[in-house]
Amino acid sequence: MADVQELILAGADEHDLARLDEYRAVGGYGVLERARGMSREAVIEEISSAALRGRGGAGFPMGRKLSLVQPPEAAGKPTYVVANADESEPGSFKDREIMRRVPHRFIEGCLISAHAIGSTNVFIYIRGEYVAEYEVLKAAADEARDAGLLGDVVLVIHRGAGAYICGEETALLDSLEGKRGQPRPRPPFPPVAGLYGAPTLINNVQTLANVPVILDMGVAEYKKIGPESSPGTVVYSLSGNVERPGNYELPLGTTLRELIYDVGGGIPGGRSLKAIIPGGSSVPVFTPDEIDTPADFDSIQAAGSFLGSAAIIVVDDRACMVQLALRAEKFYMHESCGKCTPCREGTRWMVRLLEKIESGQAEHSDLDLLRGICNRIEGRSLCALGDFAVWPVRSYIDKYRDEFEAHIDEGGCPYGGESSLEGVMAPIDQHTHSPVAEVPA
Amino acid sequence: MSLREEIREAAAPYPDPRSGVMSGLRLAQRAYGGWLPREALEEVAEALDLTPAHVQSVASFYDMYHLAPVGEHMVEVCTNVSCALVGAQQVVDAFSDELDVKPGETSEDGKVTLRTIECAGGCGYAPVVVVDHRYREPTRPEDVPGIVQELRNG
Repeated sequence: MADVQELILAGADEHDLARLDEYRAVGGYGVLERARGMSREAVIEEISSAALRGRGGAGFPMGRKLSLVQPPEAAGKPTYVVANADESEPGSFKDREIMRRVPHRFIEGCLISAHAIGSTNVFIYIRGEYVAEYEVLKAAADEARDAGLLGDVVLVIHRGAGAYICGEETALLDSLEGKRGQPRPRPPFPPVAGLYGAPTLINNVQTLANVPVILDMGVAEYKKIGPESSPGTVVYSLSGNVERPGNYELPLGTTLRELIYDVGGGIPGGRSLKAIIPGGSSVPVFTPDEIDTPADFDSIQAAGSFLGSAAIIVVDDRACMVQLALRAEKFYMHESCGKCTPCREGTRWMVRLLEKIESGQAEHSDLDLLRGICNRIEGRSLCALGDFAVWPVRSYIDKYRDEFEAHIDEGGCPYGGESSLEGVMAPIDQHTHSPVAEVPA
Repeated sequence: MSLREEIREAAAPYPDPRSGVMSGLRLAQRAYGGWLPREALEEVAEALDLTPAHVQSVASFYDMYHLAPVGEHMVEVCTNVSCALVGAQQVVDAFSDELDVKPGETSEDGKVTLRTIECAGGCGYAPVVVVDHRYREPTRPEDVPGIVQELRNG
């Protein structure tokens, strides 16, 4: 039986930790004071030996990132800390919970990280839709500033304006610089040349919130939780066709079965499990026979998918997988920033082919064409959005090929209008009404 | 404080004032009744010493900036995977019926614009509806008439 174990969200049930006095009453900001008394190298060493891996999707070791950032004296310019709070992976809603319930723990993590790289500038990039979360975070930041906790650090909360791509770190940096949020070629990576061309540490909200936790409990205790290769807890976001959806913090490595059945209460309405998306909509799908996979970075990857942002989407047997593929692909088409041709054009081809299959107009060769396009998008764009546009669809074809073929053979959806995803609309195009240039008379 | 002063003040904490273009657009959109006519883009440009073309290129990239007039209220329904799996389309249809508009349109009385949007980050409380930037989680089709009534009265 899987048990909730709260480190990041610890104390938030019993106390209103959005308030500075309550956070301090449970020891909050004590670690910051201690860390500021330590050398930068000592702080980085703690995070490195805790083997903290990024919780935003890629799972990159934070300690390594920290050690790659050139100190300001060596760089000859200021360095920056950027917190990625643009949470926009479909299925993911954990950072929202962290910012709402433990904003000070997150801010404390930002401030300790700033100390570790010798930075006096912290930028929190929060997605524009999160208005209530922005308000909580701003109030917390103001309280911390008034209490003198920021020291010489200037903390700026930057609000996004609706663009999935801005969760990608280099697109986020361009957006923060006041441009269209489009990814940059790498190298150079942000620790070398990030915001305003200066060395930049960029990490996800939950990763940063782990920093005070690790320093507080000590590396040895922290490493007792979860698997050796990725210790600690993670806030799993459970959604879709599950009895008790929500955010649950558990040790990494909790199995998908425990998460869906013990924690989530199983599939509602007496339906059966059809598919599990283990890391947000962009990752390859699992079939029910893969349900005993432990949900940690390495185990999920060994099984052919990604833990991503630990957003688990549960799909029951009413869902047509072709419609699911089409819905997911329309999202990536809509969010492709347009910079790289394979992603921009390829997602449009994929949507058209999926529409053709879904409506029963396709031939068998179209399935191969679709798969071929997937292979020609993957790995051919500056950021991972192109890959994200491919992985779900290709995995649905490979694992549920019968269903795709049935659409072709039967000339339409075998669910006959009874699929849970029947007729689902994609978002409207926001900028079809762009102003038209007027020539002055 | 004038809009330009507000825009400059919001840009002040950044090492480079150009970073203030997004907050500038948000402030201008609020001042101009929920959308960004050409004069609004020009005002942001002048406040931050940018070209109007650059400001427009930024405004047209992000979904939360509106370049055409919108209703007094905004209703946004998430139809991404997690919401779709638990009936988001039925919520969209209920709003469409109640308001007599398709997504992307504004009701005839100018009160409400209906939009379908991408994942709003409320997947565990689906289906998610965002009314004037405030999340209503979850919203079922039977909640829709009440919401529309509230907006028509408001």
